[in-house]
Amino acid sequence: MPKCKYDWPEAGDRGLIGESIDRVDGAVKSSGRARYSYDVHPSGMLYARMLTCPYAHAKITSMDTSAAEKLPGVKAVLVIQPVGSEIQWAGDEIVAVATTSEAAADDALRLIKVEYDQLPFLVNEEDLSKAGDRAKPSAEQKSGDPDTAFKDPDAVISEGYYGAQVITHCCLETHGSMADWRPDGKLKTWSSTQSVSDLPGQIGEGLRLQKVDIQNSDIETVCQYIGGGFGSKFSPDRWGIVVAQLSKQTGKPVRLMLERDQDLEVAGARPSYYGKVRVAGKKDGTITGWDSDTWGTGGMGPSGNPPVPYVLEGIPNQLKKHTRVNTNIGPSRAWRAPNHPQAAILTMCALDDLADKLGMDPIELLKKNIDFAPEILRQAYVEELDKAAELAEWKKYWHPRGDKTPGHLKRGLGVSIHTWGGRGHASTCLIAIHPDGSVDVKLGSQDLGTGTRTVIAITVAQTLGLPVDGVNVMIGDSAYPKSGASGGSTTVGGVSGSTRRGAIDARDQLFAVVAPALGVEPTQLESVNGRIQVTGDPSKSLSWKQACAKLGVKTIEAQGKNPGQCKLGDSGVGGAQIADVTVDTETGLVKINRMVAAQDCGLIIDMKTAESQVYGALTMGVTYSLFEEKVMDDQTGIMLNPNMEFYKLAGIGDIGELVVHMMTGPGYDERGVIGLGEPPVISPGAAICNAVTNAIGVRVPTIPITPEKVLAALAKGGMA
Amino acid sequence: MRGKRDKHRRPPAAKGGVTRRDFLRGAGVTVSGGLLVGTQVGKAAQAPASSAVAGPGAVPVTLHVNGKVHRLQLEPRVTLLEALRNELDLTGAKKVCDRGVCGSCTVFVDRRPAYACDLLAIEAEGHQITTIEGIGSKDKLSPVMHAFVEHDAQQCGFCTPGFVMACTAFLERNPNPTLEEVEKGLGGNLCRCGTYAGIRLAVLDAAKAMKGGSHA
Ligand code: FES
Ligand code: FES
Repeated sequence: MPKCKYDWPEAGDRGLIGESIDRVDGAVKSSGRARYSYDVHPSGMLYARMLTCPYAHAKITSMDTSAAEKLPGVKAVLVIQPVGSEIQWAGDEIVAVATTSEAAADDALRLIKVEYDQLPFLVNEEDLSKAGDRAKPSAEQKSGDPDTAFKDPDAVISEGYYGAQVITHCCLETHGSMADWRPDGKLKTWSSTQSVSDLPGQIGEGLRLQKVDIQNSDIETVCQYIGGGFGSKFSPDRWGIVVAQLSKQTGKPVRLMLERDQDLEVAGARPSYYGKVRVAGKKDGTITGWDSDTWGTGGMGPSGNPPVPYVLEGIPNQLKKHTRVNTNIGPSRAWRAPNHPQAAILTMCALDDLADKLGMDPIELLKKNIDFAPEILRQAYVEELDKAAELAEWKKYWHPRGDKTPGHLKRGLGVSIHTWGGRGHASTCLIAIHPDGSVDVKLGSQDLGTGTRTVIAITVAQTLGLPVDGVNVMIGDSAYPKSGASGGSTTVGGVSGSTRRGAIDARDQLFAVVAPALGVEPTQLESVNGRIQVTGDPSKSLSWKQACAKLGVKTIEAQGKNPGQCKLGDSGVGGAQIADVTVDTETGLVKINRMVAAQDCGLIIDMKTAESQVYGALTMGVTYSLFEEKVMDDQTGIMLNPNMEFYKLAGIGDIGELVVHMMTGPGYDERGVIGLGEPPVISPGAAICNAVTNAIGVRVPTIPITPEKVLAALAKGGMA
Repeated sequence: MRGKRDKHRRPPAAKGGVTRRDFLRGAGVTVSGGLLVGTQVGKAAQAPASSAVAGPGAVPVTLHVNGKVHRLQLEPRVTLLEALRNELDLTGAKKVCDRGVCGSCTVFVDRRPAYACDLLAIEAEGHQITTIEGIGSKDKLSPVMHAFVEHDAQQCGFCTPGFVMACTAFLERNPNPTLEEVEKGLGGNLCRCGTYAGIRLAVLDAAKAMKGGSHA
């Protein structure tokens, strides 16, 4: 079969692709010069803030903004939700002000009087018996004959309760934007967004719903740098509409960034997931049945229904029930790998308990049943489990449940596997080769810190035979060709596909111009090492600059698209992780000794930023497993920890040693580029839960695994 | 010297009582010294609080930042972080928690690291303030900045300027740190993206690079 013209180079010919290359915006970030939306500050800019509802469920009965309107420095007061509105969570936005200083905004909000009728609320759902009619059975699925499977007298059955709490995104840059509605009627926003290309349309729609007239084509959104998104920054949100209205009303640029407490209360939560699970297996470890009764909350919206049994989806004889609980905790949002970390905890913990009952090594149990995983990933899982076991010294440190060494420090290891799709999204780019030899790549994508700019630079540079700094990457502006939102690990596949195709077409145009000078056909040329040369013959060549000079005054432009011709990417990755922990049975403290990840993601473009994704995911995984929780108060209905001293993130001393191994080479590379942002953040919770169980001999059923929960589990019958 | 200046103990009393923000800012004169990061407390904290009142309106405030003198008119409740970001357009220091937890706003006060969100601008008078803009630039990276790039100790980068400042100050006090000391010494900064693994390596590496005396 003829090789397709856009295909990635063969192994040995990949040059920059797969090397460990510094991120191209590393210097601008580490020198503090990267400008985030929060930093954009044109002269005359006003500061906006919002008054929020202090009750979990209430109706607005009266409102008086007159005193605020009269306060010096107040330029606009905008009622977001008028009298009569029913509010479904504390922290919901009621009134916005735009003022000449941040302090004046605080003063103005304090002068606004709003009265409410409080209504009944529910903010905690782990105890389903208290949920009443807030609990809505939402799914029931049956396959095979679970009844018979669980009644089989030869079956070994394990039973357990597991769960994952509600957490928030806690992006260090809060949500928000700076909006400048200019006298010519055009609106420009600097938005902290994962979705540069789509935002203008959404803002336009939001404004028209507020009866503010504007065409989408008159809106431009810029986001050069974003201080974290993790799935919570796809939409402009209400505040993204409000800030534009305030700018229009005042005729000034206005910045509205959420305060930290608002951000933690309303700007994103990962749905909880709790469940009772039974697993049936044969004595040889073959799993024969699955029975789960699960529930969770995503606020008043959908709670998601995590895919269990996770990875081993082909387990026969399944019975699954799921109940969604409507609560007044604020809206849920996609949180890095939506639904999967929760599914991993329920599944991998239940399988770990079955392995214990069977007296089996849990890695052996996973391998024994790996044929229940999607076929395309089975081989990868086996290799990844072996690799992770080797790096974690599993044979040396794993032991049957309960560390029997004397003393109060108990060490344990736990394992989990995971999967994700990650196919590249739709992306369009424009590549320009200028007569002076400079190369521009433009696309309306965004770099969340994942390395998108770097991946684009490497793709184009390698294709044109240039160094990475020979390519000028221009992203983060909706004025550029449309490229997809950055979510679901779809960006790397999307932008590498579009820019590879665009760069090949641009290169071919250049070949056509240069070929006569070298006295050959364009098809006989190659671009390598900063030269255009007759393939394999550097003696017949022009430097890149000389070649581009032949363009005269004409710039070459080529569009690149994803998806498109030739297979440059794929969907579906696997990964295995092992956690190694020490638990202090006197204090209940869990210390991470080591986290090991073996991860595949097809063809890797930049090894350095790819590894960073995994290091970061392991760190975030430690954080949600041990520290984070959106703590809601049953009495008042408010979040008790909307700040960073009590909404805890792991610090630099909390994460232990991190070991990352990327699976590359035959069997992986030829799949093309697949996304990596989500998958490695899925397994840490389950692996850490299993490691703690392995250490102390008793399961702490839910994350976060706090000292209090460890001590409670030990009191019930562990190794203390 | 700022001891001569009258200081307010409370922000202008808008109706509705004192909020957390008011409390933090109003009490800043006595509280903030204790919140300065570092082994010693800055001079600001040692100066006795005057009983006289500045404000509530804007007062003249002179700040020495990165070797330049800035004469500003600020309400006494304005934090150093707000003054740097909003008045001087020095936006490397980030506002993240705004209450002395995360370290994203770290600057030097007389070469000691401090959380700029926890100091009032008026408290910073008479002190030499250094921000990340004062220790290096994109084209002239300090050794710590350079090590951050090399070890990819940054993702979104929002925590990075604070970490670079904290690491720089840490290495000035402790030029030969062990890993344990790095983990202790940098416990005052938080990152959400999870760049700690790279930061640990970057600090140890920068320590070597700085031995030549090429301090930031
Ligand atoms: S913003 Fe100052 S410590 Fe967090
Ligand atoms: S790099 Fe994103 S918060 Fe640290």
